[in-house]
Amino acid sequence: MTMQEGYTTADGRQIGGVLMDLRNITLRFGGVTAIKDISFDIREGEIRAIIGPNGAGKSSMLNVISGFYVPQEGEIWFKGYRRGPMKPYEVARLGIARTFQNIALFDGMSVLDNIMTGRLNMMKAPIWSQALWWGRAEREEVENREQVEKIIDFLEIQNIRKTPVGRLPYGLKKRVELARALAAEPRILLLDEPMAGMNVEEKEDMCRFILDVNDEFGTTIALIEHDMGVVMDLSDRVVVMDYGRKIGDGTPDEVRSNPEVISAYLGVAHE
Amino acid sequence: MQNAEAAQAGLQSIPALLARNAERFGNRPAYREKEFGIWQSWTWAEAADEIRALALGFLVLGLNRGDHVAIIGRNRPAHYWAMVAAQMCGAVPVPLYQDAVAEEMAYVLDHCGARFVVCGDQEQVDKVLEVGARAPSVEHVVYTDKRGMRKYDHSRMNALADVQAEGRAAQQRLGHELDARIAELGYDDTCVMLYTSGTTGKPKGVVLSNRNIIETGKNTASFDHLTAREEVLAYLPMAWVGDFIFSVGQAYWAGFTVNCPEGVHTMMTDLREIGPTYFFAPPRVFEGQLTSVMIRMEDAGRFKRWLFRHYMEIARRVGPALLDGKPVGALDRLRYGLGNLLVYGPLKNTLGYSRIRVGYTAGEAIGPEIFDFYRSLGINLKQLYGQTEASVFITQQPDGQVRSDTVGVPSPGVELKIAESGEVFYRSPGTFVEYYNNPDSTASTKDAEGWVATGDAGFFEEASGHLRIIDRAKDVGRMADGRMFAPKYVENKLKFYPNILEAVVFGAGRDMCTAFINIDLTAVGNWAERNNIAYASYQELAGHPQVYATIKQHVEAVNESVAADPMLSGCQISRFLVLHKELDPDDGEMTRTRKVRRNIIAEKYADLIEALYDGRDTVSTRTEVTYEDGRKGEIRATLKIEDARTFPTQTMQKVAAE
Repeated sequence: MTMQEGYTTADGRQIGGVLMDLRNITLRFGGVTAIKDISFDIREGEIRAIIGPNGAGKSSMLNVISGFYVPQEGEIWFKGYRRGPMKPYEVARLGIARTFQNIALFDGMSVLDNIMTGRLNMMKAPIWSQALWWGRAEREEVENREQVEKIIDFLEIQNIRKTPVGRLPYGLKKRVELARALAAEPRILLLDEPMAGMNVEEKEDMCRFILDVNDEFGTTIALIEHDMGVVMDLSDRVVVMDYGRKIGDGTPDEVRSNPEVISAYLGVAHE
Repeated sequence: MQNAEAAQAGLQSIPALLARNAERFGNRPAYREKEFGIWQSWTWAEAADEIRALALGFLVLGLNRGDHVAIIGRNRPAHYWAMVAAQMCGAVPVPLYQDAVAEEMAYVLDHCGARFVVCGDQEQVDKVLEVGARAPSVEHVVYTDKRGMRKYDHSRMNALADVQAEGRAAQQRLGHELDARIAELGYDDTCVMLYTSGTTGKPKGVVLSNRNIIETGKNTASFDHLTAREEVLAYLPMAWVGDFIFSVGQAYWAGFTVNCPEGVHTMMTDLREIGPTYFFAPPRVFEGQLTSVMIRMEDAGRFKRWLFRHYMEIARRVGPALLDGKPVGALDRLRYGLGNLLVYGPLKNTLGYSRIRVGYTAGEAIGPEIFDFYRSLGINLKQLYGQTEASVFITQQPDGQVRSDTVGVPSPGVELKIAESGEVFYRSPGTFVEYYNNPDSTASTKDAEGWVATGDAGFFEEASGHLRIIDRAKDVGRMADGRMFAPKYVENKLKFYPNILEAVVFGAGRDMCTAFINIDLTAVGNWAERNNIAYASYQELAGHPQVYATIKQHVEAVNESVAADPMLSGCQISRFLVLHKELDPDDGEMTRTRKVRRNIIAEKYADLIEALYDGRDTVSTRTEVTYEDGRKGEIRATLKIEDARTFPTQTMQKVAAE
């Protein structure tokens, strides 16, 4: 790519340099090749979508980005350093947070407590102090609660602050999951099908929140989504995958007019 | 005279009252708002400082005397400050309904010629920008919440906090100018302009003077002995006259605290946390709370249900008498005390009514059972009758003389008379100045002597001197055979049932009465859940045979009670249907204050009404709906029409002469 110094989007946002660079990634599960020699980058401050039909390898790709899967071949560069295999907490400390396709919240805990778990990494007080809730632990809790309250306000979930997550409808759970990911103050936020199973109104809300997160906190966002309309409206650049290969990469308009993408999506006869 | 007293004290405007409060109650809280999970508060002194800064900021932006400043947003201290700041500059605040769609907003903004618009958040700003050329007078937009606003063109737009900062910086330069403008404010200058939603036609701008607001605030505060220690929750639309009277008029006169909820959906939690001492709610809020209490009791264990029923029975018998200070036996007192410990106290605490001293309901008639439920718990819930043109208060119920079927005695300073036609007329210090730019309407509403027609038909009860309202004067009609037709009377009885959210009764000029029913999704949905009835949509649930059967029982029970009143027994419902969609202000079927617009409904659903009268069993229909974002869609449905049993008029039974 030639845009080493970033670019300006259609709506006037300034996109920075490369934040994460994935080079020639290949991921195999036994004899199955889930991802075949894919390279692309994610730039500071952009909304980057990964799309593709079912089984194209999107979720695998997201898991590679999040460090959950370690690819057999290829390199991942993050903030200018080559990244090796990592433990989950190391990933979190790097500033990568994610949401899941099938919501992974603590059902019995309140919304507030669930979001607070997103800030565990910022709490450094020794265990005895936390157990007694005294001194440093108390201070830290208050500071972190303040941040969490800002996120609650941001995502407009004040009314369910104290509600156990298990009692919430699906769309709201998704929002709580986003809140928990945001609580970690990530550099890069990975969203796995954030709109799956939502009705039109919930989708609109979610779109607004994703755009606002990006705008307000400058968070870089990588997302997987099925809903083409949503993706095209939301993203700055789109990677298109099919059968583990990359078949397109560019702005929504470029991708839309790419013949290979059209045939993958609309099922034009393959020669 | 009291008038002269206030005038002498120089308290002739809201800014003057603010200055007095800052001096007298400087350290007492004036405003509270829950933000980031914590109640933030401002004392009167701090509020005065914030408001002054905002007013100076408005001067920096070039606000002139007589300009109109529109305010669109939820109840937040900053929005109340904006209204008072506008008054300080000699401008007129015009609060608008925040859920109004762009077209409605365009009409009002253009009609009042607002130069400045204060918006709560991005959503409101977007609407004002969408209105654009349809309200050419708009010059400046000021917004409270900065979220999402960074990318907007700010050449004619400012954040409220920034306007205040600029105002503070300009104190030296413009302080004298501001002081001069505040000093100019007179008792007969405009205090606020409020648009009435109106069940018919375009909204009208009701001009209320400082005299209207302050006299009303003063009279009614003394009627209920309101002091600086009251706590109110400001959650009703700021564009509604009641909110202006409670949260500004009375609050500034008495110097009490206005609490703003965190958001629209947190009102119930916030109500509990604040525990207001003075509370106003339209009947639907009380209905909603009662419905949710009843639903939760249905889900409770057998013992709890028994306990609740047993003690509510005692409360019903003893509670109202205790409230009214009537003699009650020692044993009953003991039982009630025990009930208070076990049921009423905890229940009131859950509802947020532990500290309530005075509660009011108005706007619509309240079901007697709902009213009695709250009173039996020991909550001093009363009714008042009023309208925007009267600065709310026309009649209200004094402590100890409260009944569900009357609206009380004339408020202090209000004169009442009943015309030949039965229509109620009033004259009061709160009577509005005029409809803005609409002398014809002003003349047809208010006569030369200052009497205003309420549009409601009513009569004074001879025994008690209390006013009873029957219905809207124009809605009261005759049926084909000459019997009296008062739709609201029947609708209110129907709406008492938790399963019924709204009802619209037809029958003027016809030989029988029929009704549209709207089910209450909360109550009926809960019932469906408990009975394992699956449904995919509102429409499906509304059309469910068992729902129809339940509604039919309700309708027949209402018919039986209507039959007991010989004057209105003709209003029994012979046929009804359950509507496939909820009546909605976005579709113009209700006003923003959720009053049914009869004519529009009759016109829109003409096919359904026809089917009600031609004896068909089912009717197919298409209905246009407007979504929240203004887009339109269509729903199709086949509705079932059900016959209901009617009862012979019980002429023999004597109606209790109350």
